[in-house]
Amino acid sequence: MPVVSFFLIISATLFCIGLMATLTRRHAIFILIGIELMLAAANLNFIVFWRYDSQPHDHPAGILITLFAIAIAAAETAVGLALVIAVYRHYRTTQVNSLDQLKG
Amino acid sequence: MNNLFVQYLWLIPAFPLAASLLILFLARTRPMAAGVAISGQVCALILAVVAFGWSIQAPGWRGVYNFTWFTFGETAVRIGCLLDPLTAVMVVMIALVSLCIFIFSVGYMAEDKNFARFFAYLSFFSATMLGLVIANSLLSLFVCWELVGLASYLLIGFWIEKPSAAAAAKKAFITTRIGDIGFFVGLLWLYGTCGTVLFYDNGSGCLEPKGLVLLGSSATWVALLIFCGAIGKSGQFPLHVWLPDAMEGPTPVSALIHAATMVAAGVFLVARVYRIFSFGMVQGVTAALTVVVWIGVITALIGAFIALGQSDIKRILAYSTVSQLGLMMVSLGVGGVAAGIIHLLAHGFFKALLFLDSGSVIHGCRNEQDIRKMGGLRRLMPVTFAAYGVGMMALSGVPLLFSGAWTKEEILSATQSWHGSVLPYYLMLLGVFLTALYMTRQMMFVFFGSCRTASKDAHESPKIMTVPLLVLAACVVLFSFVLTPAWPWLERYLTGESATLDLGKLIQPILIVSLVLVAGGIAAGVWIYRGAGEIDPLEQWMPALFGFFERKMWIDELYDHSILAWSLAVARGMAWLDRQVVDGSIRLVGAIAQRFAALTLVCDEEGINHGFDGSCGLTRQLGSRLSVWHSGQIQNYLRAISLGVLALIIVYLWLL
Repeated sequence: MPVVSFFLIISATLFCIGLMATLTRRHAIFILIGIELMLAAANLNFIVFWRYDSQPHDHPAGILITLFAIAIAAAETAVGLALVIAVYRHYRTTQVNSLDQLKG
Repeated sequence: MNNLFVQYLWLIPAFPLAASLLILFLARTRPMAAGVAISGQVCALILAVVAFGWSIQAPGWRGVYNFTWFTFGETAVRIGCLLDPLTAVMVVMIALVSLCIFIFSVGYMAEDKNFARFFAYLSFFSATMLGLVIANSLLSLFVCWELVGLASYLLIGFWIEKPSAAAAAKKAFITTRIGDIGFFVGLLWLYGTCGTVLFYDNGSGCLEPKGLVLLGSSATWVALLIFCGAIGKSGQFPLHVWLPDAMEGPTPVSALIHAATMVAAGVFLVARVYRIFSFGMVQGVTAALTVVVWIGVITALIGAFIALGQSDIKRILAYSTVSQLGLMMVSLGVGGVAAGIIHLLAHGFFKALLFLDSGSVIHGCRNEQDIRKMGGLRRLMPVTFAAYGVGMMALSGVPLLFSGAWTKEEILSATQSWHGSVLPYYLMLLGVFLTALYMTRQMMFVFFGSCRTASKDAHESPKIMTVPLLVLAACVVLFSFVLTPAWPWLERYLTGESATLDLGKLIQPILIVSLVLVAGGIAAGVWIYRGAGEIDPLEQWMPALFGFFERKMWIDELYDHSILAWSLAVARGMAWLDRQVVDGSIRLVGAIAQRFAALTLVCDEEGINHGFDGSCGLTRQLGSRLSVWHSGQIQNYLRAISLGVLALIIVYLWLL
């Protein structure tokens, strides 16, 4: 079994990829995907720390929280997609850099 | 005392007053206006005759009816009606003369476009004059006095389109006002000392002993102040200047107001308050009465002399009126109150006659008033001539048949027995001579000689004008029967005694003197003016003296250059003062306020406005700078948050 840091590095990399996608992509769907990646990185961390615990099988907290987070992420994604569709209907675009009505 | 009738005495002026209002507001057509006015006057005349009949029931009878007019705090102002011989003869004379003149006016004013207005004014005048003589209070007398002045003003200026008429009306009003100020002050003084202005009030009126004692030594001043009013109204020197100018009004007005009735109001006033004038009398002389005598003498002579130099038929009569009013004043002043009043009555009749007659002449000569352009009218206007002859002889004082002679004789004998001075008597004799002279002059110019420019196609006046003339002429003659020394009924009636017939007293020595003077005057007149042409013989003979009379002794010019010039100068000075000093100070205050306002404006603009604008602009600039950061791009915000979190992590790690 590899060391814990191996998984943490994978998780951090995943988080960074998600973050970069969220910060740089112009398409709203890709931003949502970036957010999903960051959530996946966070879930991976839960699982890793649960798996590497001294008595991991005494309690199912890691798995439960992860499942919970996945469910919430699904709901959140549904809301996000609905928002994207509403924005598209209104502005006829999904390019977030052209949505600048809050510009001061 | 039976006051039943006196209670209703106010009805006498009420009828003409009602007629006046009726004409003004309802009866605007010619026949209705004349009808209403004349019927009002007939009612007044009937009541006046009844009043006269009521008052002769006993010698010296006097009826008084007082009532409260209004209450002012604790002071009740009371006025009332008075019926005594003086009132009774006056109401009859006024009502009768007015009636004749009303009827005459129907013919004289027939072509005037303001016929109804004329009759409304005439009725109004008649009402106020009747109200004046029945007043038992100096206050209500004063009110009527002023209303009479108003009526006079309206009627002098009746032909308002003539500038000279408007000026004459104004002059009459203002000149009489000067006298009325004195009258008013006298009225207030009387009220102040006596506490009442009722003449008779059961022993506490101001003409009864109790009131006179209260008045005491101020009686002289009160009397003189009241006399100021009489001077103004009765055209006495020095306020006589308005009366001849008042001839600008229609001739019936001149006859009614400025010869027969209104101008007599001054004489009536003095007679009414005679007890104030004579209070504290020593041998028939008081200071106030002496002033009255001398004013009267001066007026009588000035009037007579100026009449000699005039050529307007009405102006001659006007100056004759001035002169005769002076004569009445002399009579009152020397103690002959009854003589003065009977001369007033006789004068009322014959002067009204003369004026109406002159109106008839003017009417016949197509509105020509210059006697030098007339002449020879005795054949063309026989009725007018006959009536004029009666009036002229009455005025001149031709004895026996004409009323003027008897009354003048009474005045002369009263003047003769005055203890003050003998001079007035001789001056009055001169006046009698002059009166005969100027009246003869007028007769010679108008009716005798050959026809001149204006009288070529003269015609006799219509019946409606000549009948009143004949009625008045008959009155003038018949009136003399109650005036003669043989049966001086009217005089005795006025003094409250009963008369007895004594033919032996008919011829008095003074009658001879008077006869000689009148005959002399007429003879001199006939001799001087026989065959007079368009130029006055006196003018050829003594141009300087004639010019002096013709220009009315320069009295108008004197007033123009003295009082008027002074008041004008004062007015100019006041105007300068107003413009320079008062206006200047106001302008200064204005300028100060303007400067202050400018300063405030600068403070406001520069300080408050700019300060506020500046801070607003600064805030806005700052906002626009900062708003650049607010790009609206969510990713930018997220980047900023990421960088912040990274920075916090680095700091956290570095601190550990």
